[in-house]
Amino acid sequence: MSLDAHESEAFLALVRKSVGPVAVLLLLGVVFYSEAITSNMMPRPDALSRVGSAVVPFGVPSVTSGKGRIHVTYWEKWTDFEAQAMQDVVDRFNRSQNKIWVDYLTMSQIDQKVLVAASGGIPPDVAGLYGPNVPVYADDNAVIPLDSYCKKYGINKSQYIPAFWNIGFYKGHVYALPSTPASVALHWNKAIFARYAGRLRAAGLDPTRPPRTLEELTKYADALTIRENGKIVIAGFLPAEPGWWNWAWGDWFGGHLWNGRDRLTANSPENIRGFTWVQAFSKKYGPQAVQTFRSGFGNFSSPQNAFMTGKVAMELQGVWMYNFITKFAPNLKWGVAPFPYPADRPDLKNMTIADEDVLCIPRGARHPAAAFQFIRYVESQQGMEMLCMGQRKFTPLIKVSPWFWKHHPNPYIRLFRDLTLGKNVVATPQTGIWSQYNDELNNAFESVSLDIKSPKQALDDVQQRMQPKLEEYLDLERRRKGQK
Amino acid sequence: MKGHSRRELLTGLAFISPWIIGFSVFMAYPIAMSGYYSFCDYNVLTRPVWIGARNYIDLVRHDPLFWTSLENTFYYAALALPFGMILALALALLLNAKVRGMTIYRTIFFVPSLVPAVALGILWLWIFNGDYGLLNEFLKFCHVPQPQWLSDPTWSKPALVLTGLWTVGNAMVIYLAGLQDVPQTLYEAAELDGAGWWGKTWHVTLPMLSPVILFNLIMGIIGTLQIFTLPYVMFPGGSPVHSTYFYTMYLYDNAFVYLKMGYACAMGWIMFFMILGLTMLAVRLSSRRVYYGGS
Repeated sequence: MSLDAHESEAFLALVRKSVGPVAVLLLLGVVFYSEAITSNMMPRPDALSRVGSAVVPFGVPSVTSGKGRIHVTYWEKWTDFEAQAMQDVVDRFNRSQNKIWVDYLTMSQIDQKVLVAASGGIPPDVAGLYGPNVPVYADDNAVIPLDSYCKKYGINKSQYIPAFWNIGFYKGHVYALPSTPASVALHWNKAIFARYAGRLRAAGLDPTRPPRTLEELTKYADALTIRENGKIVIAGFLPAEPGWWNWAWGDWFGGHLWNGRDRLTANSPENIRGFTWVQAFSKKYGPQAVQTFRSGFGNFSSPQNAFMTGKVAMELQGVWMYNFITKFAPNLKWGVAPFPYPADRPDLKNMTIADEDVLCIPRGARHPAAAFQFIRYVESQQGMEMLCMGQRKFTPLIKVSPWFWKHHPNPYIRLFRDLTLGKNVVATPQTGIWSQYNDELNNAFESVSLDIKSPKQALDDVQQRMQPKLEEYLDLERRRKGQK
Repeated sequence: MKGHSRRELLTGLAFISPWIIGFSVFMAYPIAMSGYYSFCDYNVLTRPVWIGARNYIDLVRHDPLFWTSLENTFYYAALALPFGMILALALALLLNAKVRGMTIYRTIFFVPSLVPAVALGILWLWIFNGDYGLLNEFLKFCHVPQPQWLSDPTWSKPALVLTGLWTVGNAMVIYLAGLQDVPQTLYEAAELDGAGWWGKTWHVTLPMLSPVILFNLIMGIIGTLQIFTLPYVMFPGGSPVHSTYFYTMYLYDNAFVYLKMGYACAMGWIMFFMILGLTMLAVRLSSRRVYYGGS
């Protein structure tokens, strides 16, 4: 195809006309790009260079780009100040030496994105996953064991709170090291306790302290549950709020979800007892009334949060709750105490659930050795305290500096940490079917809360559905090993 | 084939090669591989292991959740499909009337179908809120009991059906286009025969519209059986008690949450054959009821 003379002339005229606007657009692009880079809106040029250097037409000073260094790509899940806390650690690491440069990117649904990237052969060098991901990713060969690196650099179990080391330790290998840990405890609204002190005293309860046993918790909950015109306006305690650890209700009564090898124990007597305790609230208050009341709650991360607005007087929550209270309800009068234990099981006193975010090196990472240098920096006392202070959590390391305790803003931070040092620390079972098992347990919890099934029936159903899944999983695992 | 014809063929192929390559790489190959993976234990990260028909057997014989999700999906389709089609047709008939400002009315009824499904889901979460939702406020005003649309298993699927009705605009536009094609002479003839509004609708409009109705029925079957975004946004995990756990949600969970891609592929193929079967059934059953003017 060719242009005739007239068309050629018109085309050239169009090109001439377009030069001005194109130049302006290019200039605007340069300005926006530089602004975006400095404000961290966009990935740094080095991250983009992995996509293709042609995409990055502008040079940037080597001081901020780490030109000539090994580039380690690090994907994380955090946002807001939590992301910034790690950004500070990354910046510090990048400044601390001149061989490695960490490109830090935060994203949603990181576990799935890492999985897709790993299957495509282009994973990041460091992945900030969730603790329960470890067994699945390890079984699927998606993350590499870190044993040799740990040995080389003297990183071992003795330096960590056992509960947090164990989350990354699977089938005799270290697959992940902690980034930020968390534990849970009973949060109680002191203002509601004070407002209804009379009711509490009438029930023979002390309004100046939270309950210690589960039986006491029920009494406090009953006394603090206020109805107006037949509708609940304040709930003392609701097992479904926030509903993030529905799998653990049996654990508070001494139950376990499996034997650690080949047998699930969803319908153990302790687990049934836990779910029976849960159902007692629905039976007492009415499932419909509870659902109506709960439907009025706002999002967790909002000023309409049920605990922060005083709609729920007591709630099982984690160490992060301080951050949200500070942000959305700074004037709230609140306290934290170990979650109550059954009166007939004093051995279960000071129980908590431990969870953590972890750092892994996906299989296929281009720079695993350099990646571990960064992980090692995060795992150092200085790096870890900087990160955990930034996120207002406690450190998973045994050794803690006086500076950390002195400057930590959360008044209950020692309690959260001390709970994880005790003997009653539970974590999610380390099995590859955990996601599905957890979904089934959540479903059972809903059935029990809505009074659709008895606790025994609901947990029997879980057992019946999931035990074959576990056996199937173990069978496939054996077959995969046989094929290697 | 002569040299000229061959050259023309090659030129033609070269011109459509972007499509051929795109189709082969992004459609044909994945479809073929999903068929292969459906007979494998495959978790995306490791090499697929051939296990024969075990995924299909496990799904049908050993997986109660497969049946739950299937039941939910068909229950939803059985409610959403007729209601959606009737409402879309009724609106199209109303909006086909010769009234001043009709284009504005048509736009008003079509606009909701442009709202993205996620935004729609979040909007209806507010409307269905059991405590202060708009719908329950209205029911309270009418002295009608106010159900917990989002947390009561009895009402969760009807809530989704109501939400789905919000997007009947697409089908409505197709009906409207079909209505424009009905020859006026037929109406005039019907009027001469003494037919009223209902007579004209029953004896002229609906028969003439029957190919469009069949088209919307088939698209409706495909759409309702594959419902995903709305329940995924409005009812995480298929809550309450798996009452909104639809087939595609279980498929998605198997593929990307439980990492059972082979199992998910088998589910995908089962769904494909179910939709194919239903579509063929719809075409066969309607063959004597659909009137194609040109045939």
